Amino acid sequence: MDVQLKRGLLDICVLAAIKNEDSYGYKIIKDMKPYLELSESTLYTILKRLEAAKLLTVRSMEHEGRLRKYYHITEAGMGRIEEFREEWKEILSIYSFITREDAGHE
Amino acid sequence: MNKNQFLEELRRRISGLPQEDIDERLAFYSEMIDDRMEDGLTEEEAVASLGTVDSVVDQIMSEIPLTKIVKERVRPKRQMKAWEVVLLVLGAPVWIPLIIAACAVVLAVYIVIWAVVISVYAVDLSAAAGAAGGLAGIFIYLKAGNPAGSLFSAGAAIAFAGLAILLFFVCKWITKAVLKLTGRIFLGIKTSFAGKEAQHYEQQ
Repeated sequence: MDVQLKRGLLDICVLAAIKNEDSYGYKIIKDMKPYLELSESTLYTILKRLEAAKLLTVRSMEHEGRLRKYYHITEAGMGRIEEFREEWKEILSIYSFITREDAGHE
Repeated sequence: MNKNQFLEELRRRISGLPQEDIDERLAFYSEMIDDRMEDGLTEEEAVASLGTVDSVVDQIMSEIPLTKIVKERVRPKRQMKAWEVVLLVLGAPVWIPLIIAACAVVLAVYIVIWAVVISVYAVDLSAAAGAAGGLAGIFIYLKAGNPAGSLFSAGAAIAFAGLAILLFFVCKWITKAVLKLTGRIFLGIKTSFAGKEAQHYEQQ
């Protein structure tokens, strides 16, 4: 896939991965794997960016005697996903324009 | 490589970043390794699945703005002593021109590289102009009643056109190579700024 396009989708995908329940780094990567491959350092950067934009919050919780960071989506984060769905409707209509049959020509 | 070796090596290589960044990143990778082991991987496998330390460092560096690295590097880790400040100020007429000269040299080398690229483009353009000239020559000689000259002009036009097309691919290739080189140099500067102990470690 085009790099620019993938970059834009990654943020939304990470938000989507924590949409239904709080999640942690490794689980996010595992959940996204069938759809989009991303490396640990890329995920780190995305999580930092989303946290700075207040689209998610982080808290450390104890798990098996060690600390694990859990990521929780905020209202603004949910809003960002909703925005994406609206944008996607536009993209879909452009897509149907691009792939339309040439029936109307002759 | 086990978990501790991986994290220690990583710490060494990104030692130039702000301390807070280092701790947070190491905690992040540590958690990743633990979670993979909990998922059934052995310690070695879990570490290996993160990729080599080199590739991790490369990725980290490419995502951090150069300004942040330089700022951290330039900021002294301890308070400077009075005599150091005095020396720094007194030495300013020496070290400031030296730094400017060094920057100028680097810039000059870079400009020279691009000048080569531009000159190859210029040659290509003149070959194309030659082809156009040859094409015009065909008709000019014909009009003057000189078929031999016209034929010669046609030959020259074809030769120039061929040269122009060939050189065009050379130009494209060189430009790509220079752009790639620029990227590598930039990443190299960042890496050398961020881990002063990295080279030292490799020498051992």
